[in-house]
Parts: sequence; C-alpha cells; structure tokens
Amino acid sequence: MNFNFTQDQLDFQDAISSMLRTEVTADSIRARWQNESGIDSAFMQQAHDLGLNSMLIPESLGGLGLTAVDFILLAEACGEVALPEPLVESVMVTTPSLVDILDQGLGNADVQKVIDGVLAGDVRVALGHTINPCINYADSADWFLLPDGDGVYLLPKEAVTLEAKTSVDPSRRLFSASFAASDAYLVADGEAGANLQRATLNRGALASAAQLVGLSRGMLQQSVSYTSDREQFGRAIGANQAVKHLVADVAVQVEYAKPVIYRAAYTVGVSPSRADFAVSHAKSAAGRAGLLASRHCMQVFGAMGYTWECDLQIWAKRAWALAREWGDEGFHTNRIHEWLLRKNALLGPEYTFGRGSLTDRAKAG
Amino acid sequence: MDLIYTEQQQAFRAEIRDWLAANVPSERLPSFDTAEGFEAHREWERTLARGNWGMVTWPTDFGGRGCDLIEWLIFEEEYYRAGAPLRVNQNGIFLLGPTLMEYGTPEQKARFIPAMASGDEIWAQGWSEPNAGSDMAAIRCRADRDGDEFVINGQKIWSTRAVYADWVFGLFRTDPESSRHHGLSKILVPLNSEGVTVRPIPQLNGLPGFAEIFFDDVRVPAFNLLGGEGEGWRIAMATAGFERGLMLRSPARFQQASKRLVTLYREHGSDVIDPSIEAAVVRCYMDAEAYALSTYQTASKLSSGGSIGAEASCNKIFWSEMDLLIHETAMNLLGARAEIEPQTTAEFAELGTWLDGFMFAQSGPIYAGTNEIQRNIIAERMLGMPRK
Repeated sequence: MNFNFTQDQLDFQDAISSMLRTEVTADSIRARWQNESGIDSAFMQQAHDLGLNSMLIPESLGGLGLTAVDFILLAEACGEVALPEPLVESVMVTTPSLVDILDQGLGNADVQKVIDGVLAGDVRVALGHTINPCINYADSADWFLLPDGDGVYLLPKEAVTLEAKTSVDPSRRLFSASFAASDAYLVADGEAGANLQRATLNRGALASAAQLVGLSRGMLQQSVSYTSDREQFGRAIGANQAVKHLVADVAVQVEYAKPVIYRAAYTVGVSPSRADFAVSHAKSAAGRAGLLASRHCMQVFGAMGYTWECDLQIWAKRAWALAREWGDEGFHTNRIHEWLLRKNALLGPEYTFGRGSLTDRAKAG
Repeated sequence: MDLIYTEQQQAFRAEIRDWLAANVPSERLPSFDTAEGFEAHREWERTLARGNWGMVTWPTDFGGRGCDLIEWLIFEEEYYRAGAPLRVNQNGIFLLGPTLMEYGTPEQKARFIPAMASGDEIWAQGWSEPNAGSDMAAIRCRADRDGDEFVINGQKIWSTRAVYADWVFGLFRTDPESSRHHGLSKILVPLNSEGVTVRPIPQLNGLPGFAEIFFDDVRVPAFNLLGGEGEGWRIAMATAGFERGLMLRSPARFQQASKRLVTLYREHGSDVIDPSIEAAVVRCYMDAEAYALSTYQTASKLSSGGSIGAEASCNKIFWSEMDLLIHETAMNLLGARAEIEPQTTAEFAELGTWLDGFMFAQSGPIYAGTNEIQRNIIAERMLGMPRK
C-alpha cells in the first residue's frame, strides 16, 4: 500500500507544468480563438517531442508503456492552464481505446496504421461516445473512432460528416458527427464493443475529472492574485473573511477531489471497464469542485468577473462544459447509487481499495 | 503507487480482527461522560493495553507495536468495524502522546507514557479560557515559576473529559510580561492537586462531557513542563496539527457511519419521497471514501519522510461537514420518528443512536478550531491571501 507518486512522476509533472505555463498563456488561448484551426501547431509539436502522445502506448507497439497514473498529474496541469487542444483526451482516452482494440485481437489493419501515425505525431484521432452530444476539435482530426449501437468504427475523415456547433466556451470547437455504419470500418462489436465503450466512458470521465481539478486550481490562483491586489475601503478585498471563505471552500473541495482522482487513475490503469465506482466518484467530486470554483471565483472578481476581458472566463466556461461532458453529476451519482444498493456491494472501510484487504494479491485486481 | 495491501498488512488486519472479535464487550458500555461509563471505558483501555493494542504506532518499549501509519489506519478500520468502545483517553493517546514522543525528555516519557498506555491515567485538555476561545493566544491563566515548581492561577474552560480525568495538559502563561503567543508553556497538571476545582458543564446531550477548571495556587513540579519554557505555542501548534491531521478523527469512523446510513436507506428506501435524500446518501458515502483516500495519501507521504502541509487545514472542515451531512440525512430518513428514535441495534452500539450522532455532529464544526478559523487558515497559509 503506497499512495505516493514516484519522484520521476513528480519531476515530469514539474517539467510539463512549467512548459505549459510558459507556452499556454491566456493571450495565446485568445489567439487560438482567432485562428482557423484553433490549434497552436508549435505547441502541439513540442508536446509530441516531449513524448506525450506515446506515453500510454505499450512498448511492444513502440510507445513508452506508461499508465494512467503516470499521466494523471499532466492532465491536471493541462487543465490548470486551460489548454484548449484536446491533448488530454487524445493521450488518455482515444489512444488507449485504439490500443485496447489491438490487445483484444480485434480491429483491422487501419488500427495499427493509426497508432503508428499517432506515435509519429502526424495523425490525430477524434473520438465519439453516445454520452456526449458533440466531439471537440473534430475538424482537425484525420481519423474518427465512433460508436453505433455496440459497434465501434474507425473511420477516415472522408467517411464522416461533421456539423459545427457553437460552445459557450470559445476554446471548444464542437461538432456533431454522422457516418454510415459499414463493416469495412467496424473494429469492435457485440460484447467487446460494449465493453470498449464502457472503458472509454471511464477513461473520458477520468480525463475530464483531472482537468477539472486543474481548472479549479487555475481559478484559485487567479482569485488569490486578484483579491490580493484589488483594494476597496483602503485594503485588499482578500483580507475580508467573507471573501477568504468563498475561496477556502473551493480549496477544500479541490483538495478532496485529488486523491479520489488518483485512485480512479490507478483503477483505470488496472481495469478500465471495471472502474465505474472509482471513476464516477472522481468525476462527480471534480465536477462539483469545478462548478464551485467557477461560481465562487467569479463572485470574488466582482464586476470584472462578468466581463469578456477577464481571463477567468476561459477557465470558468471550460469547467461548465467539462463538469457535464462524459456524464454529469446526476449520471455518475446514479451509477454509485446503483452500486450501493447492490446486494453484494462491498461496503465499509476495509473495501476502500477493493477486495484486496483480506484476500491474496492475485484476487485483488 | 500501489493500492494493494501487502501480505503483512493483510495479516495484521486479520490479527486485530480476530482479537477484537474475542475481546470487544458484547454489551454497549455506558457513556464515558458518566462516572460508571468512564470507569468501564478505562477498563477497556486496560484490556487493549494487555493485548498491546493501546496505541499500535508507539514503540514496543511504550506498549505499542511500532506500526506505521498505514497499519494504524487498518487498525482503526477494524476497530470501528467491530463497534469497539470509543477511546476515553483519546486526549492522551492521540494528542499528548505524540507530543510527548517528540518533545518529552526520556524521564518524562518514562513517567507519563506507560501510565497513559495502560489507561491508569486519563487525560483532559486545557486550552480555552473564558476570553481565549478561537483567539487562543489571548490565554491569561498563569504559571509562575517558584524554584522547582510552577504556581498556577486562573481558569480553563471547555476541557473535554475533565470531569472524571486524572490529568490535564494545556497552555499556561509562564512569562507574566509576555503577550499573545509569546511566553506560553505547556504544562501537565494532576487534577487531584490541591487548589484545583472542576465544575462540570453539561453538553447538549445533558452529560458533563466537558468542564471548567479553576486553578487556585496550584503547585506542580517543574518536571511537568513539556518542552522549553515559552515554547508552548509552537508545541501546541504541533498538537493541533496532530488533531486536525491524522489522529483525532480517523476516516473509518465516518466510513462506518456512512455504511450504516446506506443500510438505513435500504431499510427506509421504499418510503422515501424526497429524491434529494438519494443524492445525499451517495454524497455521504463518497465523501467518507474521499476522506479515507486523502488520509491514506497523507499517511503514505509521512511514511516516506514527507510532512503535513498547510493543506491539512482542509481536513477539519471536510470531516465535520461530512459528519453533519451523514447525520442530517439519517434524520431525514427517519422523518418525524427521528426525535423519539429508540436505542440503536447492538451491532454498532458504541457509535450510539442516530440522534446521539446528530447531536455530537453539531460540535464538529466548532471544536479544535472553528471551521471559520480553519477557512481563514486555509485562505492565508495555504493559498496566500492577505492577512489584513
């Protein structure tokens, strides 16, 4: 039993965080709103050069063979700077789904080809799921992994019709996608397809949860800085307890969402299709923290918080969106509710980490 | 990160589970805030000590087992699972004990720790005074040095367990010229000393869970000074750290309560007409797990040489508000029957009835530093917001 990240994991987080803080500024995000693709290609190249795209691909396929636990702190860091590009989804959700398909001996020749393209940094894959009405940054994808019933299809962009939607968050480029379900593109079906979609949902919710915690932390930092500078009645507004307590409430929720997310990352790493409870807990806790951060931080910014000019909107609107993407609080609370009511539910402190408390390691997964 | 218990940890769990099954009293003990219940709980402490289960994290020389913090959490999980009696000496073993280990002289450790471990000496806390509550640095109760002794004059209030306890530890002003958090010292005082008057204060449940203590020329040897003279504030902060941090409210307590809540919800689920209760039950279960996960994370960090940071101030707010929600939800499930609810089943008897728990939960956001003070600490020390 050891709930620590390794020094390597922490060091890598430090390195990536500092790169993100330098490269992904509020100004650079606003610049993305103006450019054709919404993508900062130089940044994406840098992320690729740092190995992010290959992190969760097994060594046997040419990747780094790391797990969700290795990436989770980086996902938070991406949220903290409100990175617009769907890097986290790509690394933590889409690519592992492609790998799953290969691992299970499913798919077709395209799957290997697409993974090779991801490793080379010249292929981007967008992923759809029935729980989400839209796909973010679908317009820049070369390939699509899309569900239809229990089936999962890997399609070249030519086979997919996109319809643009406008998100409340100017950083999100949403599209609905439609396609003709043809066996030529089918990569998983039946029980395997359903399991894959279940695992994908858990990975997606985990990816959102981690970014929500990062977004909340970003909003906290901005609030602390603004309320320390802004003076009224001859002193910083942040000296007032009413203001302090709004901010402290957010900090408490963030602090307690983190370990829940790390357990979920660990569980997803072991078995993504059996991680419902841990992931639903993570997503609802992080969603709550994100929404509370948006609300309270906007409040402490006063009228500034209600302007287009104020950068807080970049973070707050993302939190509004991510709190509901990959299952909103109601969805995830329901999954836990169902689990709690099961006759054979393992309840109580000895089962925090699953059934591994009194059985042997082999059964513990 | 490896979230699987080792074989040794599983064996430890099995050992304590077996011992508790054989030793936990089958009948619920009377409340330790009654004379009879206090002695019954003291007897239980002696039983624990005989099995070397009194304080498993202490070194074996002091009656412990030298366990690490993960094993401590496992112990607590099994302890609450078994419905074992609440720890009447928690002020001693969870708060003073760790401070003695860190700041006590070898002679002080030898004098106080074994008696604490055996249940022979039960401890009360003496922090607050009538004019020093949340503002603890306003302490005025004096301890004047007189040769090899301190002479104590003044008053303490809200001293938990003081009515039946044997000793009190607390902060006293040893430098009469000092102010605020300077010139304070931590001193240990026998409650049977001449000049000590203890006046019980009935709590919300009618039982004298705390007391006022009046000191009138009370003489204690200088040996009873813990840490250096004038070092009291720093040492007290360390104690407060233990209290807010790991020891005082172990996650198992809330996990067991939230598990009971799920059971209650299953029993009453069919007559629930308020759908928000469903969400509250889920929330309670999740929050109790979140608190456990956070504690395991802290325990892992401490075990590998890390230290508790300012983020520990979040703990108290989180568990105290969770405890309220757990018991409010139970009250909502019981509806109009809640106010006349009979004694609960024997299975988890020591946690008391839902009504007992609901009343006790009211105190959580108040004691050990009110949640308003905690929010100030979070804002200023953890987040860096301006003090003034």
